[in-house]
Amino acid sequence: MTDLARRYRVSTRRSAELALIIGAWLLGVFAWILVDGATSNSSLGGWTSLISAGVLMLVTHTIIRWQAPYADPIIFPVAAALNLFGLAMIHRLDVSAAQRAAANETAAPTPDVYLQIMWMAVGLVLLMVVLFIVEDHRQLQRITWISGLVGIILLFLPLLPGLGSTVNGARLWIHIGGLTFQPGELAKVSLTIFFAGFLVVRRHTLALVQTKILGVGVPRPRDIGPLLAMWLFALLVLILERDLGTSLLFFGVFIVMLYVATGRRSWVLIGSGLLVVSGFLAYRAFGHVQIRFDVWLHPFADANGNGYQIVQSLFGFANGGLFGTGWGQGYPDLVPFAKTDFITSALGEELGLTGITALLLLYVILIERGARAAVATRDPFGGLLAIGLTTVLALQTFIVIGGVTRLIPLTGLTTPFLSYGGSSLVANYIILGLLLRISNAARRPEITMSTEMIEVNQ
Amino acid sequence: MSDLLLSVLRIAFLITLWWFVFTVISVIRRDLQAPRDAKPLTPARSSNGPSPRPSLRSRKGTTKLVITQGVLEGTVIPLGTSPITIGRASDATVVLEDDFVSTQHARLTPNGTHWIVEDAGSTNGTWINNARVTSPTVLQQGEVLRIGRTSLELRS
Repeated sequence: MTDLARRYRVSTRRSAELALIIGAWLLGVFAWILVDGATSNSSLGGWTSLISAGVLMLVTHTIIRWQAPYADPIIFPVAAALNLFGLAMIHRLDVSAAQRAAANETAAPTPDVYLQIMWMAVGLVLLMVVLFIVEDHRQLQRITWISGLVGIILLFLPLLPGLGSTVNGARLWIHIGGLTFQPGELAKVSLTIFFAGFLVVRRHTLALVQTKILGVGVPRPRDIGPLLAMWLFALLVLILERDLGTSLLFFGVFIVMLYVATGRRSWVLIGSGLLVVSGFLAYRAFGHVQIRFDVWLHPFADANGNGYQIVQSLFGFANGGLFGTGWGQGYPDLVPFAKTDFITSALGEELGLTGITALLLLYVILIERGARAAVATRDPFGGLLAIGLTTVLALQTFIVIGGVTRLIPLTGLTTPFLSYGGSSLVANYIILGLLLRISNAARRPEITMSTEMIEVNQ
Repeated sequence: MSDLLLSVLRIAFLITLWWFVFTVISVIRRDLQAPRDAKPLTPARSSNGPSPRPSLRSRKGTTKLVITQGVLEGTVIPLGTSPITIGRASDATVVLEDDFVSTQHARLTPNGTHWIVEDAGSTNGTWINNARVTSPTVLQQGEVLRIGRTSLELRS
């Protein structure tokens, strides 16, 4: 493959990727040193974690060089950088939890950062496995329906008595052995594969327009079935698992993919209409949804009760200001769930607007590269799959950061690559593996055209 | 660590973070420009002034279309009497796999003594010597026809 690249003088840009990976790692080390310096924490355990994270990243880079030599050089380093910032922040919160325990003379809680590095390793290994198994992303089109079935099973697995458990009101976790896992995160991947395979076959029918209202083509009523089915499915997730975020994410991804597949704006309008209807229904039916909305509109009305978390988060951002308090010098541990849902407000406090803007730019770049792979892919299935997977990352980032900054009502989701949470990290690395595979196909020079083919046409 | 050192390092971290972001952006920029960096585009003839009338000699001389730059660099397309279509579509005569090329990008039609370039409604345009083709234009030998990241020339 590299031989071919040399002959056609197509740069694979793998060395740029390596340089960016090293840069990302050094930044992560810098952050970690600052945390330990500011909190006067001895960093003996830190170096082993940092070095193992670095080695893992280099191994992944080598496998990408071998298995997907033309893949986009930006995608992996940017995700790895976000992951390293997440690790530094989780470590920082571990340190303050330990210090608080020492002050209260209670037993120190076990640090979470080592578990997160273990999950990072699992995620990177699965990324490599994806690159090995999926030699061509078009193979995935063959498992469209199996993938859909697996997705539904994974999503509803926590409902099984004995296996599933309810944490913080949402029934999303399963226990296997001593480990807890959120199978719904993996369902994101398999359901996106299903959507892509399903829509690529139906896209021409779904794009048919019968009448036009106000200049917007309206699809035929009998084609609305899939969208309605998806809507009911999302409602079912909301009702049975009490999870607003996951339900919103799946429905949003489906609408975006439907729009990309058909190019009809009317689908977006119909989808948004259904979203408003279900939002209203959920508001009336569920107490927890109602609380979320009320807290969003009037957070300070109940600042010490239901609004406590979001108010603390806003205080954190305010305390951070333009340049932040610096690693280890703020009070991000005052926000409940700072390691998971609210890691953005922790980073916002310690890095300030300047730092959080840079992090958001990294997300924008990651999403742009995913969309770029989708545009450049030669086959419609690959394009749809890439845009679907990118939308999973984009919507998740928007929903959770929008919620933390009080732009939209808060829904429990993890920030991709940043938050503490193994299932989410593993699923996001699998998504990354698929995106790398698709971008490899998109950027590989086409060599099937021979001169004979042209001569026939003359 | 002292407070002074910590605040210096705090700003240093933010600067490094932004430096990383800008490095990523510069890699993206170079990624877009990579083929052009490899060989800067130098038009063989100035596009200023009216093009000379094609002579009978050039018709006789023009026998092939050569790809001088791009993924298919070095490919020679023999010219006959039938039109040539260029685009990303698999049924085009010259299939260019390039993000900047439209499905139906351009058409080259023989017209008596010369070859005429037409843009087939492409997004990024068809260019002759850095001038965008807006109406059917005669392509002279030695002029550079640019489509996406590919450059083509008529040769005898």
